[in-house]
Order: sequence, then structure tokens, then C-alpha cells
Amino acid sequence: MTVHSCQNRLQDVETVVDQDKKRTMEKRKIIELTNIKRNFEVGTEIVHALKGISFSIEEGQFVTIMGKSGSGKSTLLNILGCLDTPTSGTYLLDGSLVQSMNKDQRARVRNRKIGFVFQNYNLLPNTTAIENVELPLMYNPEVSTSERQKKAIEALKVVELGDRLYHKSNQMSGGQMQRVAIARALVNNPAVILADEATGNLDTRTSYSILKLFQELHREGKTIVFVTHNNEIASFSERNIVLRDGKIISDTYNQTILSAAEALERLPKEENEEEEVI
Amino acid sequence: MNLSNLFRIAWRALNKNKMRAFLTMLGIIIGVASVIAMLAIGEGSKRSIEKQISEMGANMIMIMPYDNKAVGGVRMSASNVQTLKIKDCEDIRNKAQYVKDVSPYVSSSGQFIYQNNNYPASISGVAPSYLEIRQLKIKSGHMFTDSDVKRYNKVCVIGKTIADNLFTKGENPVGKIIRFNSIPFQVIGVLESKGYNSMGMDQDEIVLAPYTAVQKRILAIDYLHGIFCSAESEDLAPKAVESITQILANNHNIGNPDDYDFEIRSQEELSEMLTSTSDMMTILLACVAGISLLVGGIGIMNIMYVSVTERIKEIGLRMSVGAREKDILMQFLIESILISITGGLIGVIFGFFSSYGVKFFAGWPVFIEPWSVALSFVVCSAIGIFFGWYPARKAAGLDPIEALRYE
Repeated sequence: MTVHSCQNRLQDVETVVDQDKKRTMEKRKIIELTNIKRNFEVGTEIVHALKGISFSIEEGQFVTIMGKSGSGKSTLLNILGCLDTPTSGTYLLDGSLVQSMNKDQRARVRNRKIGFVFQNYNLLPNTTAIENVELPLMYNPEVSTSERQKKAIEALKVVELGDRLYHKSNQMSGGQMQRVAIARALVNNPAVILADEATGNLDTRTSYSILKLFQELHREGKTIVFVTHNNEIASFSERNIVLRDGKIISDTYNQTILSAAEALERLPKEENEEEEVI
Repeated sequence: MNLSNLFRIAWRALNKNKMRAFLTMLGIIIGVASVIAMLAIGEGSKRSIEKQISEMGANMIMIMPYDNKAVGGVRMSASNVQTLKIKDCEDIRNKAQYVKDVSPYVSSSGQFIYQNNNYPASISGVAPSYLEIRQLKIKSGHMFTDSDVKRYNKVCVIGKTIADNLFTKGENPVGKIIRFNSIPFQVIGVLESKGYNSMGMDQDEIVLAPYTAVQKRILAIDYLHGIFCSAESEDLAPKAVESITQILANNHNIGNPDDYDFEIRSQEELSEMLTSTSDMMTILLACVAGISLLVGGIGIMNIMYVSVTERIKEIGLRMSVGAREKDILMQFLIESILISITGGLIGVIFGFFSSYGVKFFAGWPVFIEPWSVALSFVVCSAIGIFFGWYPARKAAGLDPIEALRYE
């Protein structure tokens, strides 16, 4: 979505705001950012990557964060994912204040409350799907071995890979690897799923099928934050935050959310599509 | 994160790189195996020397005459120094403390003849107690008695080498008359074989006769070539030596130890001298083996560094799904400990095999000390921790954001 269209639709947004306020009252806030700033020291210069970001995301929202490269979206994602801490401002994740935590506490938050999905999947090489999905639970001593396996199988079933539990990561297609990565993000039942260009390495058809999966997860009530530079993806989400030069330039609710399932239907049929889609 | 999960993670990581893990282990395997084998060889040779010495009589004390007066004059060989008399011997027997047996000693070398066989050897004139002192045993016949000594009887007891060389037709030597040069001696007993000692001397090339017979009938002397004693036990040998020294100094009227005209040697000194050589060899061998173990450890460190660099992205991912610094540190530390301990175990087995291989093929005496196994095991675990620490520290100190972005 371009800046122009955003400005044109500003009025529409205002009318929506009332409904949104109501929604905000009812729903719990998962993420609450207040005046987040992040500075980097590069040599003697100070680079202001984020210049005061404030927004909140409620439970069950599907939000895309967009912006060109250098807009600060990666920095924002790192902060949202508790990998980085803001220079100033407050970040509340599921009720707990992140920036006052030490490294180990943030690691625990990542383990229990966040599910990451990366552009390049980041699966462990030469490792079975189930072992990859088990990974976050390995770092959670409260989960027993049998429970861990059960949860991993459940998560793989959700992403329709119940029949490929013991396939190794290098025996799978890009789409399948990303599904495994999504299962890994789901397995600890996180408060929020953070996707970083999750469809960036995939072809159109596979992208749609992954988006369809995200939409299904959203329908089931999962909170999803999807960071991308691809305008098209925004139209599949509920809400769209656009960043430029470290500031939010628009924050809009999508009136007509496209269905990824339908988009997938509309694509011309391929000869050997079954394998690829799965 | 509990330890069993960490072990599982480290085990999976090693399993994925079996060949590399094995090659890394090889350094440790060779190191541990060689430490064990070298210590086994060293300990084996030490024990065999000690065993031979105790066979010779571990509590034996030798007293030899010593010529200290001939500064500038004619220096005589010990057998011509006439300072030790039979009275010394009797005084030691009667007065010395901690001394069990005493035997005078005179000897003469010459040719033994039986029928058409002859053999060059020395005849040793001793008392019957000499058998006890030198731990000799009679195989057939019997030892001469004190009355043989009193009567200057020309009887003798011979060793196996002498018997084999003189009685080539397999006759029983007991009862036969042999000649020493021209003097006939009746063989009344044959000694049990003792083989060669650690200095390569044939302990069976021995003929024992009453010292009186050798003194009067062969040599025509009234002094002794030496006195052999045994202490009551090995530990009491130094005290016995002290007591003997006093008696002899008193008998010979010598106050200053520098002027002593005798020399006393105990087996303890001999054993110290012999084992010190083998101890030095053991230390040398163990050092070489230890260096190979160290090199093995450096191999682990090297591979762990490579492994950390190779898996930066994986480390970033693990951190992003909730691994703490401690978890990453432990993972790599456990990996290196697993390598070193598994290598250590295999090395211990190889060490056993190679030690017994040396025993079997080279015929060297080996003895595996339990502490050497424990030591090399402890050392190689320590190596795993020590050399795994820096790479693990490096892995744990990575920034998750940069690690995730690392290509």
C-alpha cells in the first residue's frame, strides 16, 4: 500500500476508529509500544533507527509492518522479538515490561511468548521435522520428553505436515521447510507469532499457501505480526503499519481482507502442483 | 533447561558429524592409549627389576673389603685385601642387631672338569646359611652342613648351567666327583634354576662349597673375600647396616668413616640404582605420551572453533527460540566433553590392547596401574573442559541478531 492511497483513505480510517476503540476495550493488548527509540553508534556517528514508535497490538490481530529497507522495520522486529532492547521508551509484552529484563529473562520470554518465522526458514540442517519443531521445547524444562513429542506432532499436523514427521530438512521443499518453521513457532503456544519476510524466498503459489496458513491461524485466534516489504501481503492482513525513516507514517485497518485461499484458487493450474503446494 | 536435554542436543549435533567427531576423538584416543601403554611398559620393567632383586634376596647385605690406604702405593684388587677375617663374621653373627643370617664368602675361579667335559667358572666358599641369604633352593640332593664346614670337606652344590655343561649325557650329578682344577669335589646337590638377572648375569653359573675347604684347600688364605648377611626384613636393612658398620669399625679400630677398610652395600641401594633408570624412562615415555594427549586436546579446541563458526546461524536460531547464554555454553562444553570422554574410554581400551600387544609381540613386561587409567581419564576430561571452554564461550557470547543474519 502506497503512501498516497493511505492518505486518501485517511477518512475511511477515522470512521473505523470508533469501532476499533470498542474492540480495544474488549480485547487484551498483547503488545504495547510507547515512544520506542533505538539509536546505534556507528563509529562516532549516532544513527537513529527508530525515532519514537508507539502502537499497540491486541490479542488475535493479524498485523503487517511494512517499510522499505532502512525504514527501521528490522530493528522494530528485533525489539518486538526481545532480541534487542530499545534505547528509550517502554515495551509491554503480554503484560510484562521487556526493557527492564536481563538477557536470561528475555531468553525465557522468547521461549514462552514468541514464535519466530524467518525468511530463510532457519531449520537445523540434516535434522528431522519433528526435531526441528521440538527445539523451543528443549529449552523449556517444564515440558517432558513425551509431552514435547506430542506437542511437536500436533503443531506439524496444524501445518499439514503430519505425514512428514521424520523427513529431514534437506529433503523438503521451500514451502515445506517454511511450514516446519511455522510449526516450530506454534509449538510453544506463543502470545505472538513474528514473521520476518516469511514468504520472501517462496514462489507465488507457495507464498499464497503459506499466507493461507497464516490466515487460518489468525482465524483460530493467533496474534500475528508479519514484517514485509511486499505491498501485496498487506492486503491479506487485518491491519497495516507502515514505517519510513524510523517513524510510523500510517496505521490502517483493512476493510476488505483478501482471502489467500481464493487467491490460490485463481492461480492457473500447474501440471504437477500437488507436491509443491503441500 | 535441564541437563538431559543439553546432553540430547549435544549428542544430536555430534551424531550429525560422525566422521569429524571420530577424527577429533582419534587425537584423544591415541593420546590416552599411549599414556597408558607407556606407563604400563615403564611400570612393568620397574616391577620386573624389583622382582629380580627380591629373588636375589631383597634384604641382602654385602660386605666387601676396601683398600683405602694405597694412595700413591700399589693398589690391590678387593680379593687381595686382607682386612676381613672370620672373626668379623662371627662378631656380626653374635653381636649385630637386625641381622638374621651371616655367611663368609671366598671365591676362586678355575676350570671344572668331569670326565671329558670342562667348564670355566668360579667356586664360592660359603656357609650353609648362604642359601637363605641369596634365596637359593636345592632341587636335588642336599646342601652341605656346618659339620662339612668344620671338617673342610670337599663337597659342593652346583647350579644348572654347571650341571648342564659337565653332565652332558644327562647323568644325575648328585654323588659324582668333579674336579676344580686338580682338586676333587663331590657333588652333593643341584640348585634350582634362577635364570639371568637384570644385569644379564647367569645366576645358575654357580658352585657352592664350604668356605673352609675353599680357603684352606684351594686358596690357602685365612682372610675372607666378603661377608654376606641378611637383615631381618627389607625395612630393617639400613639399621642392620649401621650395626654391622659399628662392629667392623670397632674390630678394625677405625674411628674415621673415611678410613674404613670395608664397604657395605645393601640391595636397597642396588634396587634404587636400577629402578631410577627405569623410572626415568617411564617419565620420559609418559611425557611423550602426554604431549600427544595435549595435541589431541588442541585438536578438540580447533574443531570446536570450526564447529562454532560453522553453526553461528544455528546458535542465533537457538537463542531466538529461547536458549540462554548458559545453555549455548553448556551445549558446546558438553560436546567437547563427550568427544574427550568417549575418546578417553576408547583410548583406555586401546591402551590395554597395545600394552598386552607389546607384552605378546615384544615380550616386554607390562603392568597397567589402575591409577594410570584413572589419571589419563581425569586428564582427558579436563582437556575436554579446558579446550572446549574458549570455543563454547565464543558461541555463548554471540549476539543473536547478528548470528541470525550471519551468512
